[in-house]
Amino acid sequence: MSWLPYLVAAWLLLVGLYGIATSRNMIHLVVCLSVVQSSTYVLLLCVGYRAGAGAPVFSDVPPGTPSVDPIVQALTLTDIVVGATVTALLLAIAVQVHKRTGSLDPRRTRPMQG
Amino acid sequence: MNDRLRTAVFLVGAAALGLLLAWGFSGLAPFGNYPGPYGDVLVQIAPNERQIQNVVTAINFDYRGFDTLGEEFILFASVAGALVLLREGIEEEDRPHTEGLPDRHLPPRSEAVRAWGLALLVTIFVFGVYMVLHGQLSPGGGFQGGVILATVPLHLFLSGGYRVFRPLTPEALIEVAEAAGAGAYVVVGLGGMLAGIAFLQNVLPLGETGSLVSGGTIMVINVAVGLEVSAGFVLLLSAFLRQLLRLRRSGHAA
Repeated sequence: MSWLPYLVAAWLLLVGLYGIATSRNMIHLVVCLSVVQSSTYVLLLCVGYRAGAGAPVFSDVPPGTPSVDPIVQALTLTDIVVGATVTALLLAIAVQVHKRTGSLDPRRTRPMQG
Repeated sequence: MNDRLRTAVFLVGAAALGLLLAWGFSGLAPFGNYPGPYGDVLVQIAPNERQIQNVVTAINFDYRGFDTLGEEFILFASVAGALVLLREGIEEEDRPHTEGLPDRHLPPRSEAVRAWGLALLVTIFVFGVYMVLHGQLSPGGGFQGGVILATVPLHLFLSGGYRVFRPLTPEALIEVAEAAGAGAYVVVGLGGMLAGIAFLQNVLPLGETGSLVSGGTIMVINVAVGLEVSAGFVLLLSAFLRQLLRLRRSGHAA
């Protein structure tokens, strides 16, 4: 059981990549990228988890209480923010692609088509 | 490349990647046994050294504040990129689109959405400000609070429509707010240098642990980030809504 969270992280990465590779719609593709990225959240939080420990926030518990690793949580926060803005950027590209080509199917759109 | 070949190539690559991941994960500590030491060190020293309660915030906005500055500019750059991509093109006026859903009609806005949207406006605004200001005390901070604040105009749109949303979100002003938020972070960093210490080093008085004004520059940076994030997301929202409106005007999804 102790490997299950790592398995979840690997599964999210691979299943998201599968979605990207076989995507027929750019909106779907962007969502798949978000799935890939969520695997990094799971992995980061897994790495820093300590059984029975609390959050690294000491407003209700005194400092010194066993806590999980705060560094990976800070990295996850960074990750989520970057993910949200990259999603917005990619969706903007999807809007433009649809305007230019009338299609959202990445297989019908050649790379770097003007 | 046909679909079957594409999937076959992917499966080979995915199998190899899966093996690599399994190999990599096997070198990590089993789940629930975080070995340390860096996180533990920070948990030990941060509450006393910075007078804060939320160690994650202390890391993001103090110990690795310079990285977060870079991250904030990633956000700034991608908002700018999205706005450039979604700008009004002259050549696309009155150009018919080839794909659309002419048979789909938008349902009228329901009274429940209208009423709840308005009722929640103030609550969400207060909650967003609370999140921005309380990053040093409890889970929260500029990024989270900024996104919550950006949903206030979204609720305006949901309950009042674009006609209410547009005049209440003057783009010129919001662009200035976004830039000011991004710039204020750098100014706080320079404050450290003016005081004779390193860039982004905590120069303000740290205050008392548990009080709202504690953690020195951490809260100031959070306010700057909150301003930048909320303004950035409102700009994105406004740009996407403009696209939607143009599609409707040209007979799409109308």
